[in-house]
Amino acid sequence: MSGTVAMAGQRTAHNRARRRLSRIGLYVFLTVLAVIFLWPMVYALYTSLRPYGELVANANGAFSTPKTLNLNNYFNVWNNSDLVQYYWNTAVITIPAVLLTLWISSMLAFAISRYKWRFNLIVLMIFTAGNLLPPQIIIVPLYRLYLLLPVPAPLSDNGLMYNQFIGLILIHTTFQTGFCTFVLSNYMKTLSMELVEAAMIDGAGVFTIYARVVLPLVRPALAALATLLFVWIYNDFFWALMLFESGGKRPITAALNNLSGAFFTDPTQLAALSVMAAIPTIVLYLILQRYFISGLTLGSAKG
Amino acid sequence: MVGVPLAIFMILIWAMALVSVLWSFTDWQGIGPLHFVGLQEYNYLFTGYPPFWPAVSHNLLWLLFFVCIATPIGILLAVLLDRPLRGSRIYQGIFFTPVVLSLAVVGFIWELQYSPVAGHGFIDSALAATGLMSGNSSPDWLGDKSINIWAVLVAASWRHIGYIMVLYLAGLKSVDPSLREAAAIDGASESQTFFHVVFPVMAPINVVIVVVTVIESLRAFDIVYIINHGKNGLELLATLITNTSLSEASLIGFGSAMATVLLVISLVPIVLYLTRVMRSEEQ
Repeated sequence: MSGTVAMAGQRTAHNRARRRLSRIGLYVFLTVLAVIFLWPMVYALYTSLRPYGELVANANGAFSTPKTLNLNNYFNVWNNSDLVQYYWNTAVITIPAVLLTLWISSMLAFAISRYKWRFNLIVLMIFTAGNLLPPQIIIVPLYRLYLLLPVPAPLSDNGLMYNQFIGLILIHTTFQTGFCTFVLSNYMKTLSMELVEAAMIDGAGVFTIYARVVLPLVRPALAALATLLFVWIYNDFFWALMLFESGGKRPITAALNNLSGAFFTDPTQLAALSVMAAIPTIVLYLILQRYFISGLTLGSAKG
Repeated sequence: MVGVPLAIFMILIWAMALVSVLWSFTDWQGIGPLHFVGLQEYNYLFTGYPPFWPAVSHNLLWLLFFVCIATPIGILLAVLLDRPLRGSRIYQGIFFTPVVLSLAVVGFIWELQYSPVAGHGFIDSALAATGLMSGNSSPDWLGDKSINIWAVLVAASWRHIGYIMVLYLAGLKSVDPSLREAAAIDGASESQTFFHVVFPVMAPINVVIVVVTVIESLRAFDIVYIINHGKNGLELLATLITNTSLSEASLIGFGSAMATVLLVISLVPIVLYLTRVMRSEEQ
């Protein structure tokens, strides 16, 4: 009897040792993978601080320890490209697009979740399916349409939708509204209806209920979506590449395509350019990590 | 309130997709009247246009690589990091960081690793410095058309893995913990618990993961465009469409035929996803 107990004790000790070992293995695995994941970014940062001459002069090329590290590449890239202009273009497109998308999609979601119409589901499906289409399917007709659509002066300096900030804001807002409406209407369905009903009994109109009751309640979802939208629109390469003439109007991400030719010959400047283009989203992500992740999960949690 | 945004969405997205289908039956080159030529452009596409089948096979390879390698790694990371683990959030943060970078920047960052110019690229410099390969024989990772698609897939996966991890983690968090406890009491091992208990109840998220993976593979564009505009071993359907009808030529009928092919393929996962949503909505 006591022998069995001793054996059982041995076995649990054995199990514990095994579990410990597998835990160490897990940490080793995750750490190795984390280093691999960080490596390309750390290396880009490192290369951006090295003088080009040192890379070429060294027999081992890029695989070498530095003699000097400085910010000269950043100054060079800054002085030889219109980065200020590109950042400005990004801001002029991204900020209105994010605000417009949130405004429109929150109203849509309110209407869809508040009123039971038979075509609610159809509306949501039209949005969701459209969102999933590869944008290359629609780009050619959209490009031709943008060349035809007349837009009055303060919004467009060539009278068209093409090559204009307004054109980019329009397509971003349209594309993202589908996703945001989907997320927000699901979020609103989880809200308790008591407050809305109480407001209705007090005689509040639909817009008052939307603005004073529902919007404050969905603020967490709006914050999460705002973060997500900012990063997505900032990172857009395709629309800005196709709907602008190559030139000074492109936002920073699409401008990388113009700049790549000038900087591909020098990896240290290419690295500095990459870091500068990545900084806004990385900083935003580090500060608002919580919102960012909850934005993504809001979208998928419902299925 | 619903009408105006919906109308704009219909015009800019669905009507444009329809116009692409319509144009695919013409030989329009951007000027003059439309000439309907039936399936002529498709015929040329399938039998006479050399980059088409390579592009299809690259898209397929992209999908297979994501389905068999990148997505499972993302799921594995989610499962590992879902357990109580010191530093779990830090690991999550690291694996997710590439997702906030634009694919254009991802292309640049990997260019620094892959560059074949002596002394420029990290990998070739490291191979030469450690004597594994001499400077002349080291591969041109992005220029050699027999390997460059693989090099690009590694870079694309670097970003895809973190995305899948976060989506899956959210799903795992929503699994009722009592299910796992019950499985543990019944003596199920961790992998048994995952495959027989957790994975089946995760069905809605699994569908999202499949759809995201397929759509990302069909949409692939930015990273190859920034590297070489989708040529020389990096042809994809998406880059062929824009190259033939926007940026390099104006063969709109022909480009639209390709867009229609892409549309038909994309509708498969989209319809799958929508029927799924529909069914859950009815319940």
